[in-house]
Amino acid sequence: MPEYKWPPMGKRKVMGQRINRLDGPVKSAGRAKYPSDLNPQGLLQTAMLTSPYAHAKIRSINLDAAKAIPGVSGINLFVQPGAEIQWAGAEIALVAANTEEIARDAVRAIKIDWEVLPHVVKDENLAKAGTRAKAAGEQVTGDPEKAFSEANVTLEGEYGIPVITHCCLEPHGNVISWKGDKIDYWPSTQAVSTVATQLATLINVPATNINVTCDYMGGGFGSKFPPDSWGAESAKLSKGSGGRPVKVFLDRATELTIAGVRPSHYAKIKIGAKSDGSITAWQSDSWSSGGFGGGGMSPIPYVFVNIPNRRNNHAAVSLNSGPQRAWRAPNHPQAAFLTCSALTDLAAKLNMDPLALLHKNAGLTLRADTYRNQLEKAAELIDWKNKYHAPGEGKGTLRRGVGIGVATWGGGGHASKCKVTIHPDGSVEVELGSQDLGTGNRTCISMVAAESLGLPMSAIKVKIGNNSYPASGPSGGSTTIGGVSTSTRKASLNALEKLFEKVAPALGVAADQLEAVDSRIQVKGNPNKAMSWKQAAQKMGPSPIEEMGENVPAQAAREGLNTLGAAGVQMAEVEVDTETGIVKMRKLVAVQDCGLVVNPKTAESQVFGACIMSICAALYEERVMDAVTGRVLNPDMEFYKLAGLPDIGEIVVHMDIQEVHDKRGVIGLGEPCAIGGIAAIANAVHNALGVRVPTVPVTSDRVLNALGNKRYA
Amino acid sequence: MSSNNDSEKDKRAQSGFSRRSWLRGAGIGTSVVGAGVLEQEAEAQVTPKVMSGEVEITLDINGRKRSVKVEPRTTLLDALRNRMDLTGAKRVCDRGTCGACTVSIGGKIVYGCSVLAVDAVGKSIQTIEGIATEGQLHPVSAAFVNNDAQQCGYCTPGFVMAAKGFLDKHPNPTVEQVEKGLAGNICRCGTYVGVRKAVLEAAKNYKGGSNA
Repeated sequence: MPEYKWPPMGKRKVMGQRINRLDGPVKSAGRAKYPSDLNPQGLLQTAMLTSPYAHAKIRSINLDAAKAIPGVSGINLFVQPGAEIQWAGAEIALVAANTEEIARDAVRAIKIDWEVLPHVVKDENLAKAGTRAKAAGEQVTGDPEKAFSEANVTLEGEYGIPVITHCCLEPHGNVISWKGDKIDYWPSTQAVSTVATQLATLINVPATNINVTCDYMGGGFGSKFPPDSWGAESAKLSKGSGGRPVKVFLDRATELTIAGVRPSHYAKIKIGAKSDGSITAWQSDSWSSGGFGGGGMSPIPYVFVNIPNRRNNHAAVSLNSGPQRAWRAPNHPQAAFLTCSALTDLAAKLNMDPLALLHKNAGLTLRADTYRNQLEKAAELIDWKNKYHAPGEGKGTLRRGVGIGVATWGGGGHASKCKVTIHPDGSVEVELGSQDLGTGNRTCISMVAAESLGLPMSAIKVKIGNNSYPASGPSGGSTTIGGVSTSTRKASLNALEKLFEKVAPALGVAADQLEAVDSRIQVKGNPNKAMSWKQAAQKMGPSPIEEMGENVPAQAAREGLNTLGAAGVQMAEVEVDTETGIVKMRKLVAVQDCGLVVNPKTAESQVFGACIMSICAALYEERVMDAVTGRVLNPDMEFYKLAGLPDIGEIVVHMDIQEVHDKRGVIGLGEPCAIGGIAAIANAVHNALGVRVPTVPVTSDRVLNALGNKRYA
Repeated sequence: MSSNNDSEKDKRAQSGFSRRSWLRGAGIGTSVVGAGVLEQEAEAQVTPKVMSGEVEITLDINGRKRSVKVEPRTTLLDALRNRMDLTGAKRVCDRGTCGACTVSIGGKIVYGCSVLAVDAVGKSIQTIEGIATEGQLHPVSAAFVNNDAQQCGYCTPGFVMAAKGFLDKHPNPTVEQVEKGLAGNICRCGTYVGVRKAVLEAAKNYKGGSNA
């Protein structure tokens, strides 16, 4: 069996280099075909009827007028008369027609008799939630009462972070063609290898009948795992039309209303500490909602988990609003915001620098040294020493401040299988049923294979995005890179071992004395006893070498190729206009450990992106519900606000690439960097103003409300 | 799109006050920025044409005349994507906010979702598919690749078109001009750091101009 471990950091030739993503040219030239771009012959377009009411019963549905419209191919119902709808935007009917325009006309022609029922869509105020709030039970550690009574300083604060949506630019949807026992399915998905089984269950066919293809997808962020009801109904509409392909992609309003949200989180937090800043007690009464199912408690206290005395109470609030889906680092950004806001306010009450408070309490984290180092590095990069001042201290109407947020994440590699084929002409294929969400996965796979085979990346053909390739896990929880890098490494070395066996006699040594370097097979350390890769391949005979490699999560710790556990610290500097309440980003610093970094270029891009997402959620982004109609008030991109190019300020990413982290193996990066930024920005606003804006996004109205009559000059 | 109104934009940039951020704070909105020029042109037409059902029109796209059947309500974006298989321009917000559908009409950068196909008849339309010579990357696209100014890539063709249109008017932009000039495009993955670098790099390698 080959030695699978990664080559030492200094000896890698491809991994660790800053490589342009392989699909960059085809994407930036507009030639990449996303599922929503596919227009197969005979395509039917669709339009969806959704519920205008947040809570209602359907008495009857009349499709006659809609069916009579020329060009309508079929109409399928998601629900039947008698059904009770629990949120506005819920799927009612899907129309397939020759054109989108016709399908939309047909949607307008569907007549439904509704019985409208009372709804609840607001969750900011727990007292108003009534029976919609369900207590999750109390968790107590130590003796919080005693600890609070003995504390020198007690901080009490209330903080909130509202529901946001995923807002994938490519909406949820698919193209699908169902003819006889063959289903060709092109979903925009994070789960190439598992989505077919789910669809098969929904439409009652064997999974073997479904061929999934997803070469590119336009954003998922945790919301694009299942085939969804519209996947199933579009399949049935295709079958009903005699096998014409059907395209269904949600319109923007529906995308923002039902295709997934991140749950809100509100909390009243009490922290007890000694005069020197040592934290002794924590109490939180929190509530959250991610739709009709309520919302779970985020992991608070966050990162500083070992506060000795703790009491947590949580309530899940059921709302008549679109359901939650996993949102990049589920529950962590909320937990970081709640915890780091309260810690910063505690520091203010102690007349302490929050950086000093976090250092003082680093022992309460599970990785004290890592956090201490990262706090130091981030402080250096943002110039904390010179930028920090007592909260609200300063002159003029424009105030600057700095703040901190911290993060932790798992990110161990998922189950993944890879097949590497070396053809007798020397060409190499690498196949995985994986997907590239824009993370650079495709590029990283190629880099691992090239590194392992001693070839340039141009000699490797990476094939992903199809469920006929060996199964790889869905891309969620930052598990992809650990999984695919390990399976690709093992498959590559297994294939290479077979090639060595074929070549060894010609080089007059045992197979285990060979190595693959610079497109050659050579006797270890002896470039003079070598043959070219192509010559070596010719020794194979007519059959290609095909070898598998697998990442088995339970074996990962022993093998050491991938692991889990990533820490991160982010620090922000903002400028607040105290007259208009407008907050402007000046700088965001992200210090991130993520083990062995395969491609620093795309890895940094992920962190930059996570920082910008944090700016969105800290300053702009919020799903606003209308209490009267029960609908989302801003299901569009004008009023569902995301940051633009002028809004981001300077962003500094420090990947913390060093031997000590590298030795741990590959760790997923997608989520850990998307956690601490919101807290850092909210705390920077606090430092600028000396006043807590308790709820994000920190919009100008919230700033002005928090300032009240306070004047700055 | 911002590059249509440079003088106004520049003034705003100098004053350090952006309408976008003010509106954001005030929580109120505005009509489409990008379609402004075309709206003026549409208003200038004296006789309204009444049409219904599908009509065949000829569009001048990427230097080729192409016939296509559209309805009067069909947007240029939907005509391109659904009826002509030109899918580089993406449909994201479909309401003139995000810029993913950016194309050029008569050398002006517009949102394809905010122009009716029938209003584009007789004008020279350029899409992302038409900016590069066969088999080569346009220098702006190449700069996006070099600076990793893309992740999922769904906003990228719109960004490239907007950047090209911007550079045609501002061949030597400052960072501030790049930020303001491309404020009409939205990315969800958060590629703006790369975009900022890419546009500045492209400015060096691509000498745009109104005839480029």
